[in-house]
Amino acid sequence: MVGIIDFVMFLLVATNLALLESSRLKTCIWLVAFQGMALGFLPVLVGYNHAGSIGLHAVFVGVISILLQGVVFPLLLMLAVHRANVRREIEPFVSYNISIITGVAALAASIWLSRFLNIPASAGGTLAVPMAFFTIFTGLLIITSRKKAITQVVGYLVMENGIFTFGFAVMPHAPFVVELGILLDLLVAVFVMGIMILHISATFDHIDVSRISTLGDE
Amino acid sequence: MISLLIAIPAIAALAAVLMKSHLWRRRLIMGTALLHLFLTLAAMGDGGGIEGWLGLDGIGFVFLGITSILFLAAAVYATGYLAAEEEKHPPRSDFIESKTVFANMPEAIFTACLLLFLSTLTLACAAQNFGLLWVAIEATTLATTPLIYYHRHHRSLEAAWKYLLVSSVGIALALLGTMFLAVSAMHPDSVEVSMSLADFLQAAPRLDTMWLKGAFIFLLIGYGTKMGLAPMHAWLPDAHSESPSIVSALLSGAQLNCAFLGIARGLQVCSAAGQAPFARELLIWFGIVSMAVAAVFILAQTDYKRMLAYSSVEHMGILALGTGLGGAGPFGAMLHAVSHSITKGMLFMLAGNILAIYKSKSAHEVAGILKISPVNGGLWLAGLFAIAGSPPFGLFISEITILRAALEGGRTAVAALYLILLALVFIGMASPMLAMVSGQPGKTHPENRSPATIIPVAVLAGLALLLGLWLPGPLLHILHEAGRLLGGS
Repeated sequence: MVGIIDFVMFLLVATNLALLESSRLKTCIWLVAFQGMALGFLPVLVGYNHAGSIGLHAVFVGVISILLQGVVFPLLLMLAVHRANVRREIEPFVSYNISIITGVAALAASIWLSRFLNIPASAGGTLAVPMAFFTIFTGLLIITSRKKAITQVVGYLVMENGIFTFGFAVMPHAPFVVELGILLDLLVAVFVMGIMILHISATFDHIDVSRISTLGDE
Repeated sequence: MISLLIAIPAIAALAAVLMKSHLWRRRLIMGTALLHLFLTLAAMGDGGGIEGWLGLDGIGFVFLGITSILFLAAAVYATGYLAAEEEKHPPRSDFIESKTVFANMPEAIFTACLLLFLSTLTLACAAQNFGLLWVAIEATTLATTPLIYYHRHHRSLEAAWKYLLVSSVGIALALLGTMFLAVSAMHPDSVEVSMSLADFLQAAPRLDTMWLKGAFIFLLIGYGTKMGLAPMHAWLPDAHSESPSIVSALLSGAQLNCAFLGIARGLQVCSAAGQAPFARELLIWFGIVSMAVAAVFILAQTDYKRMLAYSSVEHMGILALGTGLGGAGPFGAMLHAVSHSITKGMLFMLAGNILAIYKSKSAHEVAGILKISPVNGGLWLAGLFAIAGSPPFGLFISEITILRAALEGGRTAVAALYLILLALVFIGMASPMLAMVSGQPGKTHPENRSPATIIPVAVLAGLALLLGLWLPGPLLHILHEAGRLLGGS
């Protein structure tokens, strides 16, 4: 089972690096959807690895997670892209080449850092924790370096994926109510963000966050 | 009882969406606010709850009480405010602010979001479980984002987007902190993870120190973003200056406190695990930096709503500082939270009244409030002295208590910085606020605002004064209990 978990981790890294160099918004949305779906298998895999059987709880969380990340979020974001009529992220604050280089450096740093952490034995393999940190960093990098509102939502989802990786891999037995609450909050957050993007595109005729900056201290 | 406190506003929110009559919807929000306050007072002492999930301890009760009182004031104000706004909907050409014409969000959704906000705040105050607390605080963000975008123009949209994104990222970091906390409690031989506060406090001596410290740092940064601690405060001035005044009042008076609750819970676990010095030092310096950043921006501020917003950053800094100092500090900080919420709620509502008269948020364009509206002018003046912490108002007592804690703890440098920053903020706030009250009024748009927009402000001003003169026994008792939970004496 550890082999499969490691394979999921490999997918996580691959999607992160692909996200850092994609400029097409639709590609970004499908990449993060794919990443989320891959992660949806983690609760079951880690649970099996740990307890030797497949728990109903893990299956339920996994299925909800896959449905949200693989179906609901991409549909919502695609709708926003369609309505706002944007295709690409043009001239991000940080260029794609530098993003990739920063990403690879962050990957190395995450692996190095994790050697000093006292990671509980129940974790699904040794890769999960560093890969979770790398994913969180990738999400933060996308949020801060891209200009389109939709790409920022994608970055937020990547960051959440990183946090979920950490949670799923390290603590397979978190209280069910809490997991459900977190997923519900995430759903509403993405929903509200989607609505806001529609309003932004209707009010400004674009969703370029760097160009809506009238507020501030003079 | 606690379940009722959470459920009633949520059900009322649903009813508000379905209702057609504006009049009945306003009665509903008033009724819910009254019932909420009544039930909150009834829950004092023993509120029941669900073991390991919901319950009211000292800190939770203090914050719930503030929230409930402030929400009632906001509900009364809202009935007058919404009636005045209704006349302007759909937009007419005179419905302007800084030369922008705009429409409003449907009142049903606005009311529903306000009520949902109350429900989520109550849940945050009563949560005895780190996971549930996170869910509740994230839910407050989602309930308030539409509220900030009540006036549908491009500036409020920008503020709402910034608020949603920055808070969500901050809260996501707090979730990571929560998970670190869970990891610190994991043992090789046990698989079940309980996220309840009581279990953490009990298991505190056996927690893994490294993960615990990491957890506190992430909780502080994550919830600190929501609380408006510098340098994570970027969303706060925009959101407070662009949202309607009652929303600003509730954001400053209720929501910032509830975000602090997240940090306070982390501190409780750290103290129980013997890591209090580490956590407190962080709180002290985040507090000082917040005060300093706020002072700099207040000194250069011409927008009076932004000025009030930066003042909230300052007071959240004082709250963190007081908690970090220990000794009498945590008690002072709790008293400070109560006084600040009441005073800031009053000032934001007054700012709304002034904005309605002058149609400008620039302090330069406002003059002679005392001539146009003596009541608003007088209260604004009282508010200035109250928020600056001069006697005989409540903030004076709490600021002196925190100063005493700093000196008793031997932190002379911190005490000196604290006094200098307080003085700078006072200078920065006094000159524009005094100029607004005096002088000859220019162009104004006096409206017949209903007494509902004055009465709650006057009552809050009375409470701010009362807190400085006399602290009732039960309040003192509960504040001391909250202070003890935070590691004070």
